Amino acid sequence: MDLNLEWSLLAPEYVLAGWAGMVVLLDLFWGKLRKEQLAYVAAAGALASALTALIWVNDDTNFANLIDINNYTTLFRVVFGLIGAFICIASARFVKDRLLHAGEYYGLILLSVLGANMMAAASELLTAYISLELLSFSLYVLTSYAKFDLRSNEGGLKYMLLGAFSSAIFLYGIGMIYGVTGSTRFTEIAAALSGDTADYDLALFLGLVLIIAGLGFKVAAVPFHMWTPDAYEGAPLPITALIAGIGKAAGFALFLKLFAQAFLPLVDDWRVFIAVLAALTMALGNLVAIQQHNIKRLLAYSSIGQVGFMMMGIAALTPENADAASALVLHLVGYVITNMAAFVAVIIWYNWTGKEEISDFAGAAERAPYLALTLSIALFSLAGMPLFAGFATKFILFQAAAEQDLLWLSSLAVFFSFISLYYYLIVIKQMYLGEPPSPAGEEPARFPTPWLEYGALTLLVAGVFVVGLYPQPVFDVVEQGTVAMMAASDTAAGTVGAPP
Amino acid sequence: MDWVLFALIAIPAATVPVFMLIPSRYPQLVRNVAAGSGFAMFVLSVLVFVRYEFTGGSGLRFDLQLDWLENVAFLKENGITYHLAVDGISAPLVLLTGIVIFAGVFISWNIEHRNKDYFVLLFLLVSGVFGVFLSLDLFFLFFFYELAVLPMYLLIAVWGASSNFGTFTRTKEYGAMKLVLYLVGGSVLIFIGIFATFVEAGQGTFDLPVLGSVTYDETFQKTFFPFFALGFGVLAGLWPFHTWSPDGHVAAPTAVSMLHAGVLMKLGAFGILRVAITLFPEGAEFWAPVLMTLGVTGALYGAVSALAQRDLKYMVGYSSVSHMGFVLMGLATLTTIGVNGAVLQMFAHGVMTALMFAMVGAIYDQAHVRDMTVFGGLAQKTPRLAGFFAIAGLSSLGLPGLAGFVAEFHIFVGTFNTYPWAGALGILAAAITATYILRMLAMAFFGPFNERWAQLKEMRLGEQFGGALLIFFIAFMGIWPAPFIDRIADSVRAIPGLS
Repeated sequence: MDLNLEWSLLAPEYVLAGWAGMVVLLDLFWGKLRKEQLAYVAAAGALASALTALIWVNDDTNFANLIDINNYTTLFRVVFGLIGAFICIASARFVKDRLLHAGEYYGLILLSVLGANMMAAASELLTAYISLELLSFSLYVLTSYAKFDLRSNEGGLKYMLLGAFSSAIFLYGIGMIYGVTGSTRFTEIAAALSGDTADYDLALFLGLVLIIAGLGFKVAAVPFHMWTPDAYEGAPLPITALIAGIGKAAGFALFLKLFAQAFLPLVDDWRVFIAVLAALTMALGNLVAIQQHNIKRLLAYSSIGQVGFMMMGIAALTPENADAASALVLHLVGYVITNMAAFVAVIIWYNWTGKEEISDFAGAAERAPYLALTLSIALFSLAGMPLFAGFATKFILFQAAAEQDLLWLSSLAVFFSFISLYYYLIVIKQMYLGEPPSPAGEEPARFPTPWLEYGALTLLVAGVFVVGLYPQPVFDVVEQGTVAMMAASDTAAGTVGAPP
Repeated sequence: MDWVLFALIAIPAATVPVFMLIPSRYPQLVRNVAAGSGFAMFVLSVLVFVRYEFTGGSGLRFDLQLDWLENVAFLKENGITYHLAVDGISAPLVLLTGIVIFAGVFISWNIEHRNKDYFVLLFLLVSGVFGVFLSLDLFFLFFFYELAVLPMYLLIAVWGASSNFGTFTRTKEYGAMKLVLYLVGGSVLIFIGIFATFVEAGQGTFDLPVLGSVTYDETFQKTFFPFFALGFGVLAGLWPFHTWSPDGHVAAPTAVSMLHAGVLMKLGAFGILRVAITLFPEGAEFWAPVLMTLGVTGALYGAVSALAQRDLKYMVGYSSVSHMGFVLMGLATLTTIGVNGAVLQMFAHGVMTALMFAMVGAIYDQAHVRDMTVFGGLAQKTPRLAGFFAIAGLSSLGLPGLAGFVAEFHIFVGTFNTYPWAGALGILAAAITATYILRMLAMAFFGPFNERWAQLKEMRLGEQFGGALLIFFIAFMGIWPAPFIDRIADSVRAIPGLS
């Protein structure tokens, strides 16, 4: 077979890897460089990779049959690059004030973006696995980066142990699937599965379950979610944002691609399984979130709830069209923007106050009106309220599930969305109704304005409004990506042979 | 003329950023902008009502359809459009909204605490209300529906008032949270109904006229009618899901109570008519007896509860539940005259309950109590306030010549034709209404003067103006209901399944 070895296709990844090394070296050899400037250098690197990715807009090619370069890849490369840039900017003050070894910190963020890129691009199981590990390892290290903080160490260790465990499970699943289909490439797996696989039923079932479990760990689906709250709480705040943003988005980019390309012929067998997992995930995440009093744990459980919604998109996949995939990716984009806005706001707050209890947000509306407004917008959007991204994207996603006879699941999702409004309102209530703490006779201090962070926050909030008020352009782009991704498996299915 | 509808939604929405840009050290400028914007909405809503053309049939006036999201995923051409139009049913309700918000701005004139934020949320809410009445796309109808509910939380929780009854308290946070959770909980059902309807119709669009042209399977209609009827019914104060209403209205600041009881509860009834009954005529026929029973129960229960209240605002709150019960009875008759009456009652109750809440607010601002038994003979000190309150009350108990009479008359005629027992109980509820209204007037405003209130002053000018505006429309509809009835009947005739 002729392999396309056009190395230039991986240019955005070279940019990331090179920039990561450069940031580490800059920190080592240029002692006079201020730590926050390192953040901006790293952000520029992430942005540069996103811009480089734009070269292949509307292209449809692959690298050595391992890595797809099409609109799906391009979309996610841009999204991940932007996430990386925003995280770096939001980290600047945090890292300067609270962490050591800034160079490696930013280097690892860029490497995690690299891993995420490859996860969305991979069209083969082992490549996907290695990319997943690259992302995961960066995140393990970053989670325990606050090395004098016990919670950070605990969170990192838990995350690493469970992550390693899940990687092994995932790898075992890959082995099973390879045993049955004789290939690790998504399209060839699909072709093999379209044929007669009755003899391998058990192995196939085991392989699928193991892969779902392995990916379930990475995206924090119930019952594989145990690491999430501790890792979220322990990790330095910008890293929590990174796990919630890039960890979720890349996990789902791979989850979706794997199930839409490789396992789609068996959709009738796994649909109910995924749907039940989705229902459990949204139930647990949203119900337990009500109990939380730490903003990071609240956002952790709310993100578990969100994972439940996203898994609906996988459960609603169908060979006939890319509707569910488009709806899922649209929701993913909206979720990432919204969640980043929420986290950037919380990071700014934490930089000022060093506090992360929900009760500490009391009176935020008077001390920092703009911050309170933007955080409220982000939380309302997460709850799926109109004007904001959450309403439009959830509406489309839930409708997509209803289209595939999953009305019961959509109904549950709406119900749990409603539950989520309650705990988001609790935070908003603290900000707008709580009394700011102030020593007797003193006005509560106002905070200095962090212009750059506010700028990033404003951009994100603008994104929340754009997706919420006029999603057509975003949706068009998303659909081009998913259609290109789904089409790849159609063309391959006809050409590749039967199972061994 | 289709720009009118666009402008009605856009003006309050566009005023929001204007408010935000005004520095908070100019509260008077905020009020002036609010008054200007309120006046513009009032003029446009009158324009919509007056310029409504009678072309007969189900024709929509001022039809405006803008692309929003189409040809992606399961959405086909015109998948989700920004589709606005009025018909004879929404025209009076748009007018009602215009009146109440214009009056509401003047009632809110003396809010000092963060008045900028207050108006931001109030106008966002109004934008949502206009949106629901004007939208012909199920997605946007629901979008605006939620938008109208969302700001309530902060409006009540920040600017509302907690009540202490000695043995127990009702904090404003409690009222706000209860209201929002009830209403959003109701919308969960609507959401599910929308998903199911879209899939069943299979047209790839959320456009209501297109969805209305589909004939749905009978079982499907019977299954999903309750989703819409209950979901919207919660906002309409459907018994037994009405308990948010008195608590929420009492906790809310005056203008918000006016808007909420006066206009927002009508969104619920409007939704039942526009979506549930129009799309699922067979489902409506099947469930009508249940809706009727719940409506009558609500009317009676609300009236009896109002009779038991000493707190003026709770009394008005329960009277709203009772009157919305009449609206639901009218809808449940599924006759043209009954539905006509229901829409008339929406308008009539809207203006008179807004007036009542405004007057209660005017008293409370000065007296800081709302217990009717501690007042007495207030009419001697504040004749205008007493007069306004009496007019609202008399309209509420159905005095001929005022708005309430016209509406209730239609409803009872429709009910006696279909469910005579319900008609009889409805009359009983109206009789109880007369009792609690007259009792309240006697206790608080007439009889011997209680010297404790010697310092009480007449209403502020803004309150008088707002009250007068509402009274004008109460009297107008009572004396000359034809413009309303003509418009409503023009569209009600076209609803399928009404006899």
